[in-house]
Amino acid sequence: MDTLAPPDNRPANLEHGGPGTQAPAAPGPAAERRVRIRQVTMEGVCTLVGAALGGIALTWVLYQRILPTSGAVGFWLCGYVTFLCLYALAGVVQWEPRDVANRLVGVLLVSAGLLVIAVVADQIGYTAVRGYPALHHLNFFTDTMALAGPLDPLTSGGMIHALVGSLEQMGIATVFSVPLGVLCALFLVEVGGPLARPVRTIVEAMTALPEIIAGLFIYAFLILSLGVGASGFAAAVALTVMMIPIVTRTAEVILRLVPSGLREASYALGGSQIRTVLNVVLPTARSGLATAVILAMARAVGETSPVLLTAGFTKDLNANPFSGPQTSLPLYIWNYVRYPQPAMVSRAFGAALALMVMVLLLFALARLIGGKAPGELTRRQRRQLRRAREADQLVRSDREAGDRSLALELTGADRGADAQ
Amino acid sequence: MTVEFVNPSGAGRHAADAGVVDGIGGLRPADPAPPDVTAELPGGPVPGSPPPVDVTAQWPGGSVPPDRPLVGLESRDVSAWFGTHKVLERVSLRMRPGEVTALIGPSGCGKSTYLRILNRMHEMVRGASLAGEVLLDGQDIYRPDRQPAQVRRRIGMVFQKPNPFPAMSIYDNVASGLKLAGIKVANKDALVETSLRRAGLWNEVRSRLRAPGGALSGGQQQRLCIARSLAVSPDVLLMDEPCSALDPTSTRRVEDTIAELQGQVTIVIVTHNMQQAARVSQSCAFFLATHDTPGHIVEAGQTRGIFEDPQDSRTADYVHGRFG
Ligand SMILES: Nc1ncnc2c1ncn2[C@@H]1O[C@H](COP(=O)(O)OP(=O)(O)O)[C@@H](O)[C@H]1O
Ligand SMILES: [Mg+2]
Repeated sequence: MDTLAPPDNRPANLEHGGPGTQAPAAPGPAAERRVRIRQVTMEGVCTLVGAALGGIALTWVLYQRILPTSGAVGFWLCGYVTFLCLYALAGVVQWEPRDVANRLVGVLLVSAGLLVIAVVADQIGYTAVRGYPALHHLNFFTDTMALAGPLDPLTSGGMIHALVGSLEQMGIATVFSVPLGVLCALFLVEVGGPLARPVRTIVEAMTALPEIIAGLFIYAFLILSLGVGASGFAAAVALTVMMIPIVTRTAEVILRLVPSGLREASYALGGSQIRTVLNVVLPTARSGLATAVILAMARAVGETSPVLLTAGFTKDLNANPFSGPQTSLPLYIWNYVRYPQPAMVSRAFGAALALMVMVLLLFALARLIGGKAPGELTRRQRRQLRRAREADQLVRSDREAGDRSLALELTGADRGADAQ
Repeated sequence: MTVEFVNPSGAGRHAADAGVVDGIGGLRPADPAPPDVTAELPGGPVPGSPPPVDVTAQWPGGSVPPDRPLVGLESRDVSAWFGTHKVLERVSLRMRPGEVTALIGPSGCGKSTYLRILNRMHEMVRGASLAGEVLLDGQDIYRPDRQPAQVRRRIGMVFQKPNPFPAMSIYDNVASGLKLAGIKVANKDALVETSLRRAGLWNEVRSRLRAPGGALSGGQQQRLCIARSLAVSPDVLLMDEPCSALDPTSTRRVEDTIAELQGQVTIVIVTHNMQQAARVSQSCAFFLATHDTPGHIVEAGQTRGIFEDPQDSRTADYVHGRFG
C-alpha cells in the first residue's frame, strides 16, 4: 500500500499486518540452504582414487614383474602416466568430453604443485634426517671445531664459529650494499637522465654475474693487490658485490610503484627534490624496501662461491672480521660434507639445516613487513596510535576545561569566515 | 544541460563586479554555519552571542601576517608546447584577488596544462616548454632568479585524484607542507587545526588525527589535500577538477569549502561541471582547442555573463551542453 513510505513506517505496517508489506524473515532459525557451486561428489573422488590405485597396481604388475624393467623413478613415472590414462578413460565413460579435459588439466596442475612441495619437503627432510645426529647435541650450537677431529664423536665440536661468521659477514655486506643499492635505485628512478640507461644495463648484467666472479674479483683486488688478508671483511665485500645489484633492482621496482601523484603533491607544496625523496618517496616505499633488503640478505647468507676464495677457513671462533680467516656456514658445510667420517657429514648437514632455518626466518620477516601497504599499521603502530589518541583526549579536555580562549577565538574565526 | 541560477538576484552582476558576491553562491545555504560549532565547546558560549572575532586566531602559527593582502594572478600571452606539439596559444587571463576563477572547456583543450603553468609544475614534464609571463602580485614567476619551490609554496595545487601521503597520519599530512618546504612554525597543532577547519574537515577527523590519511573517504581525502595546501598559507590555490573523482555529497562538501575560502585565497578551479562552475566561481574562462588550433581562451569574464549571456556562439553551445 505504501511502497514509497520511509522505512520508519514499516514496523507499524507489520503490526497491522497490512497488505502489501513485505513478509519478514520467518521467525526461528530456519537456515537457508546455500547453493553449492563446486561440489566434491562421491563418484568424482572414487574415480580419482580408483584410477590412482589402478594405475599403480597395473604398473607394478607390468613394470616390476612382466617387463624386464625396474627402478623407482621409472616406476613412478609410468605409474603416473597410467593413472592419467585410467582417469581419462573412467572420465569419458561418465562425463562430457569437455568436463573430462577440465578435470584432467586440474589433476595435472595439482600434481605439478604437489611435486614442487614434495621436492622442497624432501630436501628439508633429508637434511634434517642427516643432520639430526649432530643437531640433538647442544654442543653443536655452542662449540667450535677447534678441539674436534674427524674421528671425535658428535658430543664434541660445533658450528658456533660458522654461525658467528655468517651473521657478521651478512651484517657487513648489508651495511655496505643497502645504502649503495638504494641510492643507485633512487638515481635510476628519481634523477634519471642519459646516464640512467648504462647504469641500469650494468646493474642488470651484474645480476647475471656468476657469483664466483664476485669472489674472484675481490680475491684479486683486495687480497692480491691491496694485501688485505683472507678475512670475514673480504668475504663481506664479495657478498656486497653480489648484493648490490639485487638490492638495486628490487628497490627500483619498489620505488617505481610509488604513485607519481605523491611526488607532484610534494612539489606542489614547495618541496625540493631531496625533501620529496626523504619525506614522501622513501617513507611510502619503506616496507617494500625492507622486503627487498631482507630478500637480498637471504640470498647472500647462503652464497658459497664468493666466500670460498675470500674468507679463508678456520676451526676457531674468530669474532673479528677484519683480521684472520673466518668461517661461515656455507663454507663449513662445503668443507665438512666431503669428509668420509659420518660424524663430519652429520655436522655439515646440521649446519645446512641451521642455514635453511635462517633463510626461512628472513623470508618470514620479509613477508611480515612486505605484506603491508603504506599507511597500514603494525600492531606496535596501532598501540602508539591509541596512546597518542588518549594523549590528544587529555590535551583537549585540558584545554577545554582550563584554557578556553583559543577555542573561542577559533570559533570566532569560523563564524567570521561563515559570515563572508 | 542548462544552468539555472537558483538565486538570480538582479544585483548579482554588479555585486560580483564589486567583488562582493552574493548571487552566484546562492545555491549553497546562506549561512553554512557548521552544525557542530557548539558540540566542540561543551558548556561554551551561547550560539546566539558570538565572541569577538580575533583575526590573529586564524593564523596561530604566526607564519602569516594577520592582515595579509589578497594577491592576484595574471598570465600574459602564455603559450605551451609538449615537444613540438603546441597546446596553448597566447593565453592572457587575470585572476582577481580573493575570487574564484573557473576554467571550463572540453577535454584536451589545455586547461590542466595552463593550470600547471601557473605554479611552475609544467616544466617538470620532460620536453615541455612555454612562453609568456605569469605575474603573481605583479612579479613574473618565471623570472630566472625565482626558485620554483618558492613559487609553488605561494601557489598551491589540489589535484584531480586525492593524493594524501599514505605513509603519514592525517596530522602529518596537513603539516607535511611545512616539513617539505622547510618552514618552522611556533604552534603546529593550532596551524593543523586551523587548516583542517578551513578545509571543513576538522569535525570529521578531530578524534583520529593520528590515523593514516589514506583511511578517509575520497571526499575527505580531497579536503585533507586542500587542508594540506592551506597549511603553507598560499596566496593562490589551483584546483584541477577537484571533484571529478568524488560522489555528489563529497562534491558538495568540497564546494562548500571553496565557497568558504573565497575571499581568503585566490582560487583557480578547472571543472567539467557547468553547475559547479556557476555555483562556485565569480569569473570564468572558456578554453577551446580544435585539431588545427592549440588551446586558447574563447571568452572570459564574469561567470554570470558567460553563462547567461555568452558573446561567442561556441561558448553558448558549450555551457548549454551542446558539445564537449
Ligand atoms: N605529458 C604530456 N605530454 C604530451 N602531451 C601532453 C601531455 N599532457 C597533456 N598533453 C597534451 O596537451 C593537450 C592539453 O592537455 P590538458 O592540458 O591535459 O587538457 P585538459 O586538462 O583541458 O583536458 C592535450 O592534447 C594532451 O594530449
Ligand atoms: Mg585536465
